[in-house]
Amino acid sequence: MKRHKPNAEMSDELLVVALKKGDEAAFRQIFARENAALLAFARNFVRESAAAEEAVQDTWVAVIGGIGRFEGRSTLRSWIFSVLANIARTKAKRDGRILSFSDMGFNDPAVDPDRFSGDGTWLSPPGRWSEINPERIVGGRQLFAHAMVVMEELPPNQRAVVQLRDIEGLSAPDACDILGITEANQRILLHRGRSKIRAAIEVLMDPDSGGQVGPAK
Amino acid sequence: MLTCREIGERASDYLDNDMNWRNRVSVRLHLMMCKHCRAYVDQLAKTVQLLRNGIFTGDASEPDAELIALLATRPDETK
Repeated sequence: MKRHKPNAEMSDELLVVALKKGDEAAFRQIFARENAALLAFARNFVRESAAAEEAVQDTWVAVIGGIGRFEGRSTLRSWIFSVLANIARTKAKRDGRILSFSDMGFNDPAVDPDRFSGDGTWLSPPGRWSEINPERIVGGRQLFAHAMVVMEELPPNQRAVVQLRDIEGLSAPDACDILGITEANQRILLHRGRSKIRAAIEVLMDPDSGGQVGPAK
Repeated sequence: MLTCREIGERASDYLDNDMNWRNRVSVRLHLMMCKHCRAYVDQLAKTVQLLRNGIFTGDASEPDAELIALLATRPDETK
């Protein structure tokens, strides 16, 4: 998972034109930008790293072969992720892995129910994260590393939605298309996933808080 | 009137502006009166921000020879 580099890189529009011409520099650029994120994403479908690597390699082959048909209706990134989702889904099915994005991770409460009283008010309220500044998150690297560990423990459908929406910054409709889920389910999974990461950070920020990290389900 | 528990369930929709006007007003009214839920929503917002601005160590991956060879033999479709 890698962020966009700020400069000296081609825009997606130029990248697509260059890729259609078989430009190696353009390909190396898009590869360096997306490969790690694609590998992480593939793991939502196939657990073994060799299978994930194979799915990503097949995705690049399909991107090279299919870029001519890319019409820019979605972003280049969304398109590549949807190519991977199709390949990984097929692979999971072929390997006898029944993959359902629709039957888990929906019923977990966003906040541990024990933190509320019977009438739904806070018994154990959240503290203020005043030391986390929106502009510059103090201890950001450590917190982010912690968030990534929690990500790994999320059910695959929650992890996939959080990755696409919050880490890769894709739109809700693009995430729905890629994962083949409804808008309503996308919203539920996103909130469940974010909530678990929030709870884990809460414990890290203040081990004495009422926050509890539940077992990964 | 929404309960704190309900705010906990709706906080992402609120942050993503993914709720209708009426629900949005209900959440806003609750937040005006409840500092605990304000803290909760703030924590969730910061969590999202952390994920968005995450510092990835991302390996500088290089495509292997197979992909480069495939690319090199790709017909130019822009002509």
